[in-house]
Amino acid sequence: MNTGRKLAITFAAVAAMGMAASSALADKMYGPGVTDDSIKLGNTMPYSGPAAAYGQIGKATAAYFDKINKENGGVNGRKIEFISLDDGYSPPKTKEQVRKLVEQDEVLLILESLGTPTNSAIHNYMNKKKVPQLFVATGATKWGDPENFPWTMGWQPSYQTEGKLFGAYIMENVQDPKVAILFQNDDYGKDYVHGLKEYLGDKADSIIVAEESFEVTDPTINSQMIKLKDSGANVFFNVSTPKFAAQAVKKFRELNWDAVFLNNSVSNSVGAVYKPAGLENSKGIISLMYYMDITDPANFDTEPYKKWSAFMDTYYPDGDKTSAFTAYGYLVGQTMEQVLKQAGDNLTRENVMKEAANLDLELDMMLPGIKIQTGPNDFFPIEAMMPVEFNGEKFNPLGKVVSVN
Amino acid sequence: MATDVETRLDSRLTVGEKIPVKLVIPVIVIGAIIPFVLGGYATFQGTLIMIYAIAILGLNLLTGFNGQFSLGHSAFYAIGAYTAAILVYHLDWPVYVTIPIGGVVCFFAGFLFGLPALRLEGLYLALATFALGVAVPQILKSSHLEGLTGGVQGLDVFRPDVPAFLVDNFGLTMDQWWYLIVFVVMLLMFWVAWNLINSRTGRAMMAIRDNPIAARSMGVNASLYKSLTFGVSAFYTGIAGAMAAIIIEFVAPDSFTFQLSILLFIGMVVGGTTSIWGAVFGGMFILLIPNFAEEISTGLSYAIFGVILILVIYVMPSGFAGLVNLLRARIKKIM
Repeated sequence: MNTGRKLAITFAAVAAMGMAASSALADKMYGPGVTDDSIKLGNTMPYSGPAAAYGQIGKATAAYFDKINKENGGVNGRKIEFISLDDGYSPPKTKEQVRKLVEQDEVLLILESLGTPTNSAIHNYMNKKKVPQLFVATGATKWGDPENFPWTMGWQPSYQTEGKLFGAYIMENVQDPKVAILFQNDDYGKDYVHGLKEYLGDKADSIIVAEESFEVTDPTINSQMIKLKDSGANVFFNVSTPKFAAQAVKKFRELNWDAVFLNNSVSNSVGAVYKPAGLENSKGIISLMYYMDITDPANFDTEPYKKWSAFMDTYYPDGDKTSAFTAYGYLVGQTMEQVLKQAGDNLTRENVMKEAANLDLELDMMLPGIKIQTGPNDFFPIEAMMPVEFNGEKFNPLGKVVSVN
Repeated sequence: MATDVETRLDSRLTVGEKIPVKLVIPVIVIGAIIPFVLGGYATFQGTLIMIYAIAILGLNLLTGFNGQFSLGHSAFYAIGAYTAAILVYHLDWPVYVTIPIGGVVCFFAGFLFGLPALRLEGLYLALATFALGVAVPQILKSSHLEGLTGGVQGLDVFRPDVPAFLVDNFGLTMDQWWYLIVFVVMLLMFWVAWNLINSRTGRAMMAIRDNPIAARSMGVNASLYKSLTFGVSAFYTGIAGAMAAIIIEFVAPDSFTFQLSILLFIGMVVGGTTSIWGAVFGGMFILLIPNFAEEISTGLSYAIFGVILILVIYVMPSGFAGLVNLLRARIKKIM
């Protein structure tokens, strides 16, 4: 009797231990590139060639992973090994390098690969291979399509999203809006206009009173500007690249057009647009931002800036602290860190993708009220931006964040 | 009387020479085995090397054998690639058919470009072709052609699955299948080039290169030969471009920048001008050496690439093929 009972207890104990062991095994699920103390992530960047300036993004992200490896011992005890290869902004090279990363180096995922054509070249491959292509560094809209491409996700607001946000701004801030649009006649320009129209919905036809397009090869946009002014619009929405944006600002003042000037973020640059167009002329222009303007001295005393600045000094000392690219890389690094934290010990590609689509995150360098939010059907992490007004020197936040939702 | 060794070193004296079967067969066997030994990524790289080799051979026919410079072969590569991509993307043509069509379109493009180029010699021709090379990516981006070319965004090229009976019987993967297709195409192209060079036509091409006045007085129609060589050269490059589009499964203007022309030119010089099989080594060089340079230092990869290039040219002034021929000659002497 006693023996039987002992035996039963022993059996139960063994069974319990077995279960504990098997559940521990179940907890630790690893995809390729993951071990008990390391995680391999892959990346491609144009470190050479005409787009090499973007390379700072990759270097900043690599520096951020250095920081968390040194200071926190990595994520959940695993050091991040960030393998970043040069593709020279050439799509065939991107494909070759990414195949090397996935098949030879066996990385868990590809993070923050840069460029629209370069990412397009690997889009199908990544989704066929079921390897996460996370937080691609491009503004195209096609990266947020979980139904057809469940392994690809963007990060920054897409052109279309920004178009929608301008729609939100107009509806909230302008009484009886009549909008005139100047846009570049290509995918980029059309994405913005499409986003705006989508937000306005049925009202688009009555609110948008004029649309003028131009070709990137046109010498000037003067005639378009005159036509747009004659439409009697009280909002001017500029969707053009820096050269044309500077022309638009000048012409806008020359015509004494009394309207709200909305400028797309592609041309929201003091050096490339507002200075050539005249800083006085550029006063009052409204644009959208989502992270801190690191060139604005007013931010130098804030906690997030100090933290970032210290990070730059220690881990990326030759990095350019006036370049928005370095802040961008730092923020994407933090986003990735959070995904890996959430994934815990279940580091399969499936689970990492699931956690990437399950984010609700505030990063300190983001403008107040702007979050990174994703869901199983929402592959657009940043869908809110802060309207800012240029005062001739710097950008003043206008208080209320606009959001797609 | 030229000795056997001298004959081999001078391609002008090899008219009618037979293909050295003893050397070629082992190469074919090894080439065919490679995709079954190496992994998917290496097979993919091998495929790219062969594609570059075909393009380099095309350039070599023009520059090495006919003496016409071209810094614009990226343009023909792009035309071949876009021909394949447009036919597959817009018209749903079978990808296999688009490869020769890409070549033929390029033949006409090259022939037509060759006609005005007849008036240009040496440096001036180099500049004219350079203009072509830098113009084509912009033309592909232009909004007038956007409906066709997809503009900056480029076009996806969808490859059909590997034929079912090959998968069932041999377990062939996509990478292996396309490696083998490119391998066969490459052998075919090399065989044609060999026969072309070792024929009266080839001799005429080389005569124009070496002494155009003498060639003309011997009755060679220099204009026709030069234009035709331009066409044939573009045909080779177009075939390579079409296959590249299919292997990468995507085309965009940024894939065909002027830098590609320079790479092909480097490949030609390193492989050996006036060598047919040297093109394979040229292909290896332009694909593998940049990767190697990057492994040494990401920031200085092009500087390292440059140093390696200078060393290679210093050590092998007549390219890889020249070095091999020289070694063969030395060994024969010793024996």
